[in-house]
Amino acid sequence: MNIIECVRLTRYAFCMRWIRHITTCFAALAVTATPSFANEIGDADKGEAVFRECSSCHSVGQGAKNRVGPHLNSLFGRRAAAIEGFNYSNGLTRMGKDGLVWDFDLLDRYVENPKAFASDTRMAYKGLKDAQQRTDLLAFLRRYSDDPSNIPEAAPTAAGTDHSVDPAILAIQGDPEYGEYLSSECVSCHQLDGDYDGIPGIIGWPVEDFVVAMHAYKDKFRPHPVMQMMAGRLSNDEIAALAAYFEAAGS
Amino acid sequence: MKLNRRLFMGGAAAGAAVATLSAPMAHASTDGKPRVVVIGGGAGGATAARYIAKDSNGEIDVTLVEPTRSYYTCFFSNLYMAGFRELGSIAHSYGKLASEFGVNVVHDWAVGIDREARTVTLAGGATLPYDRLILSPGIDFVDGAVEGWDVTQQNKMPHAYKAGSQSELLKAQIEAMPEGGTFAMVAPPNPFRCPPGPYERISMVAHILKEKNPTAKIIIADPKEKFSKMALFQEGWGRHYDGMIDWIGPDFGGGNVSVNPDTMTLTIDGEETKVDVCNVIPAMKAGRICEIAGITDGNWAPVNPHTMQSRVDENIHVLGDASHQGDMPKSGFAANSQAKVAAMAVRSALTGSKLFPAKFTNTCWSLIDADDGVKVGASYEATDEKIAKVDGFISQTGEDATLRKATYEESIGWYAGITSDMFG
Repeated sequence: MNIIECVRLTRYAFCMRWIRHITTCFAALAVTATPSFANEIGDADKGEAVFRECSSCHSVGQGAKNRVGPHLNSLFGRRAAAIEGFNYSNGLTRMGKDGLVWDFDLLDRYVENPKAFASDTRMAYKGLKDAQQRTDLLAFLRRYSDDPSNIPEAAPTAAGTDHSVDPAILAIQGDPEYGEYLSSECVSCHQLDGDYDGIPGIIGWPVEDFVVAMHAYKDKFRPHPVMQMMAGRLSNDEIAALAAYFEAAGS
Repeated sequence: MKLNRRLFMGGAAAGAAVATLSAPMAHASTDGKPRVVVIGGGAGGATAARYIAKDSNGEIDVTLVEPTRSYYTCFFSNLYMAGFRELGSIAHSYGKLASEFGVNVVHDWAVGIDREARTVTLAGGATLPYDRLILSPGIDFVDGAVEGWDVTQQNKMPHAYKAGSQSELLKAQIEAMPEGGTFAMVAPPNPFRCPPGPYERISMVAHILKEKNPTAKIIIADPKEKFSKMALFQEGWGRHYDGMIDWIGPDFGGGNVSVNPDTMTLTIDGEETKVDVCNVIPAMKAGRICEIAGITDGNWAPVNPHTMQSRVDENIHVLGDASHQGDMPKSGFAANSQAKVAAMAVRSALTGSKLFPAKFTNTCWSLIDADDGVKVGASYEATDEKIAKVDGFISQTGEDATLRKATYEESIGWYAGITSDMFG
């Protein structure tokens, strides 16, 4: 019986025990293979301790309500920015419309580096770098989702997602004149007056946000086919040039 | 010519010192500025004029020749027909190009080009000298492409493939169709302007008919075995307009067609059908001015992908639908993208500004029904041989309604973006 059949055929609690068991068996191997990525099923009890840091803004469990952040019940399998009436950022709202549904892999990326995932996220949290802690946290949150079946699938196949941008790349001084030429490709869609009208405004973004966002698209960390294509063909210098131009264009 | 081209490219790389070589003073305007004339004020021409004027900071004298005072974009004209847009919302004036960017906008037809003397003659009689000429005239129709149809018949059987009065006419005819009537389209052979355009139009016609005339039928006679976003359109037609649309491909005679505008009949492979509206989209060629200039090879004008310069005359750049460039589709987005590469090359040649490697992009959004948008796109680079595709994407069949709605909303954002990029 594989994991998916296990999820389909058995009760949740049994399934969790089973997953935890194989996780223990694979833990050493997996950590050696991709040390920066939380690609196993974690320890929910340890995750509960990690969650304390989140609990000043988020609640989960029976009676959980939206507070500074949205409640986290039924998070797995929920579309991004899906809770009616909650004031989400434009970025997450857009991702939700694009069809982003939270699963283990995406939540892992978001928690690791929220601003790399969605530059304008309202979640004022710097990110959780420790892969094991993220895994534990997500194992804890998963307790409050109805259908955890997406988690084991994500575990062995997910790509590496350590997307903190190399400081050497962040340090590149962009040539705004080159950026201005390159920007002509961007402004066929992104409006120069910064209007958010189906397509986000990008004028005046801080250089670092811009560079992190573009590398997140380039590495297919952020989902959106047009932007993955556009960023995919830009060199580090070109991204720096665009960042320099767009930051200055906002002032 | 090869030697000259190399000199030009070398001069551009070396900077301003060489610029005087490629900007002969013979044609400089009275105040000594080099002159650029742009013919055609659509996605290619308006963008090129604006970028050259904007980025040269007044160092280049830019004249835009465009006969119409109000430009109707072909993109989104199908949405107008279905009632998703007002006609006014796809109309644009050239006022800002003149007032904010200093472009000399001349509303006239260009009727002659003297490549030796480097002058353009206008129908009104004026002569415009140029150092660089940019041709972005869009398309004209191939004579005799559809038996029984010529441009004198376009009131009875509209093409509506140049937006404006033709779009209004076709919309009125669709709305006046008798109950249970037949709308027919004669689709064009490749290559043609806006590859998904005829099929988006079919979708929009079906949208109107579903609301106002649900027993009406739609026939498409098509000479092509495959068309752009075919799987997406066919899936959508099945989902939204089941049984209404009959696509007749070449295997069933879709390429063997004649029309009779007097009797309003369409004959497909010998079989005559009475129709109520007949939208004839004939085979296309580069705008006539390219032939007049003597820079066409067959129906289109071949260009150097690095700069969009004509392969025949390096003082002329050709943009958009009229150009034969390689892998890019003939679309407004593509023309806008090519215009920026040409604008950079022209500035570099005339003022010695930096020349960066050419990059091109295209995305085409299409609407299948209300809030059901799809898109296809790609990025391109210049090789010596052609504009070559690098990477691409396309919407998938079976996408959920939320994603399709977001795609449609994205297209609205794009429309606002590209039209402000064209007209300021």
